[in-house]
This record gives sequence, C-alpha cells and structure tokens, in this order.
Amino acid sequence: MSKNSKMKILTNGILNENPVLRLVLGTCPTLAVTTMASNGIGMGLAATFVLLCSNVAISALRKVIPDQVRIPAYITLIAGFVSVVQMIVKAYVPSLDKALGVYLPLIVVNCIILGRAEMFASKNSVIDSALDGIGMGIGFTITLTIMGSIREILGSGTWMAGLGGLIPSLGADFAIRVIPESIDSFSLMTSAPGGFFVFGVLMAGATWLTTRPKKAAKTAETEEGGNN
Amino acid sequence: MALKLASIFFTMILVDNYVLAKFLGICPFLGVSKKLDSAVGMSLAVTFVMVMATAATWPIYMGILEPNGLAYLQTIVFILIIAILVQLLENFLKKFIPALYKALGVYLPLITTNCTILGVTILNLDNGYNFVESIVCAAGAGIGFLVAMVLFSGVRRKVEQAVVPKCFEGLPITLVAAAMTSLSFMGFGGIVTAIFGV
Repeated sequence: MSKNSKMKILTNGILNENPVLRLVLGTCPTLAVTTMASNGIGMGLAATFVLLCSNVAISALRKVIPDQVRIPAYITLIAGFVSVVQMIVKAYVPSLDKALGVYLPLIVVNCIILGRAEMFASKNSVIDSALDGIGMGIGFTITLTIMGSIREILGSGTWMAGLGGLIPSLGADFAIRVIPESIDSFSLMTSAPGGFFVFGVLMAGATWLTTRPKKAAKTAETEEGGNN
Repeated sequence: MALKLASIFFTMILVDNYVLAKFLGICPFLGVSKKLDSAVGMSLAVTFVMVMATAATWPIYMGILEPNGLAYLQTIVFILIIAILVQLLENFLKKFIPALYKALGVYLPLITTNCTILGVTILNLDNGYNFVESIVCAAGAGIGFLVAMVLFSGVRRKVEQAVVPKCFEGLPITLVAAAMTSLSFMGFGGIVTAIFGV
C-alpha cells in the first residue's frame, strides 16, 4: 500500500497533475523556450534539479520556518539553487546557456517551484517531497519536449537540433531532418503565435485525455476546471 | 538621445511586447484579464513595481555587485529587492486604495513571482542600457503589458460567449485567442525602426 502511494506521488505529475497542462503553472518558460526540442529538455532538466533541491530543503525545514515569513524564505532558498544551476550550465553547457538566455535565471519565479513548495513540500515528509519534485520535473520536461518537438518539426523541419550542446559526442551540428528542405517550413510555429497555439491545442488534448468517459471505470473522473 | 529613448520605449510596447512576443508574465495575463478594471489595476501595479525595481536594482548591480565581483549573486539580490517592493506596494494599497486591493486579490503578492519584473531588470543589464535607458525600457515594458492586457480582456469577452468543443473550453480556447492577438502584434515588426531610424 505504502509503496503504491509512493509510486502514485511520482506518477501524478506526469499526466493527472501535469504541472503545465493540468495545473497551468510555469507557462512562461513553456511558451518561450520550446522553439526547439533540445531547449525543452535542457530547461526541463534545469527546472527538475531546482524543484528536487528546493522540495527537499523546504520539506526538511518546514518546522523551522515561521509561517509569516515562509514565502520570502522559500524564494531565497529557490534563488540559491537557481544560482547554482546557472553557474553549472554556464560552465559546462554554454550553448544551452545562450539558448535559454534570461529564462534560466527566471526559473526563480517559475510558479511550479514555489507552487509545489507551498502545496506539497511544506506539508509532507522529505522523501515524499523528493518524489513529488522528481515527478513534477519529469512531467514538465516531457511536456516541454513534446511541445518543442511539434514546434521545431513544423517550424524548421528538423528535430533535436542543438542536442550536440547537451551531449558533446553527437557533434555540434547534430540534427535530424524530418521535413525535406525542398518543402518550405511553417516558420510561424517557432515564433510567438505558434507557441500560444500549440500550447492551447496540447492543453485541450490533455483535458480530453483526463476527462473523457472511461469505458470500464465506474467512477467518473472528477472534472477539474482548466481555469487557474 | 531623445530619439534613442523614444525608440526603446515604443519597441518595448509594440515590437518586443513582453507578453505577446517574449512570453513573460503569462500567468497574470491569463488570470486577471477577465475583467477590464482589474486588468488595468494589475497592469498599473506591475508598471509601478517594474520602474521602482529597475531604479533600485541598476545602481545596486553597477555600484555594489559588479565592482566587488559579486555578479553571481544577481538573482538572489534582485528577487529580494522585488519582494520588498511588492510588500510596500501591498501595504500602501491596503491603506489608501482598498477597492483596488480587493480587486487584485491573490495576484498582488504574486507580482513578486511575475517574471516580467525580474525579466526586465536582468534584460536591462544584459542589453547594456544606462540608467535612464533602463528606466525608460521598464516603463515601456509596463505600458506594453497594459496594452496587451486591455486588448486581450476585450478579445476574451467575445471568446467566452463562443461555443467551442468541450475539451477546448476555458483556457485552451483562450490560448488560441492569444495566438491570434499575438499574430496581430507581429504586424508591428520593423515599424519602430522605420519611424525613428535608430
């Protein structure tokens, strides 16, 4: 039983409580960095690291931090971890640092991290919080990668360009060409309107997946409002 | 000089609009744009905090952090300054404009985690703007946020009455509408360079 519930915490973040598509948190980086699939992976991993560290630290300190000053305390902790990630990325993956730009320090104000700190880590044990952080991080990374793939394939015809920056053995100009160069790519997808559009369609898809009537299930899924 | 400032100001509003072109501040954009008056109130509060935050962070970075080799503390220091400013604004509104305070509700403390504010302070430094240019850029970003919020609250009123497939109800269709609004802003590309020639 207890093993089951641990597993549930971990998998919750992937579809049922997917931070981006169901809880609608962290929308800014989702829209901004997903012009390429590899950026989605990089951003997702950076946020997962911060999420895991901050969830563990906040959960461990949850009885020490006074209630009135908890938000400033959380933000300071998170900002510390983000600075660590910033330095690591700058030193080892400079191409990712360039691609993510200002959105890397902006992980501090990513609502997923503060949201999970407030909703989960401040009330649960360290291990549960760590699992929640990993689960939410995986959900975030998967969503970003899917969205980045759609926009990159439609918008520039390639897939996973820039992955060479993350994995040096692939070489710097690694890319999989999906749509042949002779076909003009739909460059609107990589610009701002395409981001909003793909996000809207993906969110509708997730709503459909989680709320559609199941054939065998007796209990109808409780309908979660898509509104904030 | 004046030409450059005007160019920065209008670029921030029309071409590099934070919400519609750079995807900063999407949460309040989707959350508060349902009603016109709370959208305006929120945008004005954001503009105010943005300008104040830039006025406070620029001298601190250039005067204290940079010369002492503490630039890596940028993120932590900036977010703390912003949190303090928001707290001040909250106390001020509670006392003097309680109606607006109530209308903004939970979104007021959330200005701290509004990425436009931290974003504008960091981008100003990345772009190498001087103090006056930074302030103008922050004001332009705030007004741009206001324009986007006001326009979109109008679009949203229409969208909410439309009949859409069930899974598109609520946020998904709002995002598709935002895509259209953002598409219309793409039409401004190049307009500022053409007018000011900078």
